[in-house]
Amino acid sequence: MSSLNKAPISNTSFSYFPIVILFISVFNEFDFNYLKIQYFSFNFVHILIFFWTLKNPNHLGYLSIFIAGVINDVIVGLPLGLSSFCYLLICSVTAYLRNITLSPNFINDWLSFLFTILLVNSVQVIILDLIFLIQVDYIKYLINTGFTFIFYPLFFFIFNYVNKKIIVKLND
Amino acid sequence: MAAGRDDFVIAFRSAFLKKKDKQKFSLLTLIFLSILVIILSNFNFKIIKIIKMGINEVVYRSSFFISIPENKIKSINAQINEHMKLYDDYKIIETDLENLKQKELSINFLKLENDKLRKLIDESIKSDEILAKVLIDKESPFLKSIVVNKGTKDKIKIGMAVIDRAYLVGKVIEVNYTNSRVLLLSDLNSKIPALLEPIGMQAVISGTGKNYGEIQYTKEEYENEIKIKKIIVYTSGLGGLFKAGLPIGTISADNIKKVNFFSDFKQLEYVKIVSFNIESTN
Repeated sequence: MSSLNKAPISNTSFSYFPIVILFISVFNEFDFNYLKIQYFSFNFVHILIFFWTLKNPNHLGYLSIFIAGVINDVIVGLPLGLSSFCYLLICSVTAYLRNITLSPNFINDWLSFLFTILLVNSVQVIILDLIFLIQVDYIKYLINTGFTFIFYPLFFFIFNYVNKKIIVKLND
Repeated sequence: MAAGRDDFVIAFRSAFLKKKDKQKFSLLTLIFLSILVIILSNFNFKIIKIIKMGINEVVYRSSFFISIPENKIKSINAQINEHMKLYDDYKIIETDLENLKQKELSINFLKLENDKLRKLIDESIKSDEILAKVLIDKESPFLKSIVVNKGTKDKIKIGMAVIDRAYLVGKVIEVNYTNSRVLLLSDLNSKIPALLEPIGMQAVISGTGKNYGEIQYTKEEYENEIKIKKIIVYTSGLGGLFKAGLPIGTISADNIKKVNFFSDFKQLEYVKIVSFNIESTN
């Protein structure tokens, strides 16, 4: 009887996909934020956090996001806690959106994503520039925000596919 | 109107304060925690310093190990590219070697002359070099820095110059027990006092966030001279932070504000951390 309650390891490990991708993204030197192409960069972590905390928050815990933010700060060299704060701001918006949305649709999500990344990047620039007196390139932040917004649909479809797989596998 | 406000309050409370089934902490708790971390990390208390160093040690090492497969792919790719252009490189190197042999003779003479002059004024420069491996080279578009595997246990201090072969690449800005962070010359926050030779003019070289630097705070007359001479930028040694004469880059006549660095910051594998001391009996 107890075996009925146990999901196979392959099914449960599949549900760790968002966390694994999140930690690989922050730990690894490879970064979509810098692809050695002039003026082209986008923030993959923002897309990842926004999607999973909006669609399936059970697979991406807030504590993991907080820890991923601290790791990102240490590796990139930002003031400790700043990325965590920005990532959790994204979570706040998605949590609010989840509560007020009755019938989710892609266009609304996409536009909300634009608002969210503009808010998060503005907060980050304000904290870095005005509080920590670290010079940052505003244009790069703006271009990064633009490309992150443009790339959201691509990752939305990939993550949506994975999310459906996770739901199906866990229900098996 | 009141109902609308109530809806907002309910949605807000639910989003921030309620823990979902699989969430161990509420969002508000973690947001406050991250604000606390931002504030605390700016205090220089001993306990905070130790915790910060501990986190840095663990994260840098973990990142180094996680990046091993990716770095392996990068190095294989670089090796293939190098093999492809082997013959062309050989021809260039052959002519360069001949030129360098000729230059070496005059450099040796200048070195001896310099040593004699230093003896005359009873001044000697002692410098130590520590070889360090680049652990993390996260190429962020916003902050240009690297992490190297030498720290306080190797007597590394904040402000030490970091060189790649003979060329300056940056300075140490953060030191942990076994590793340190180096701010590259290309970072927007990097400002280095420099000397423009052969015109002998002082300047400040500032990072731009791109792969080149920019000249700041120098005389305006230099613009005319720069157009007719090839300018090489060295550290001036002013401020006592860096040893004077470390080559930084060149200025080309087509863009007189732009400094092309000698070293390619994307290809750093090993660097030398330099400490120096000027001793004088006078």
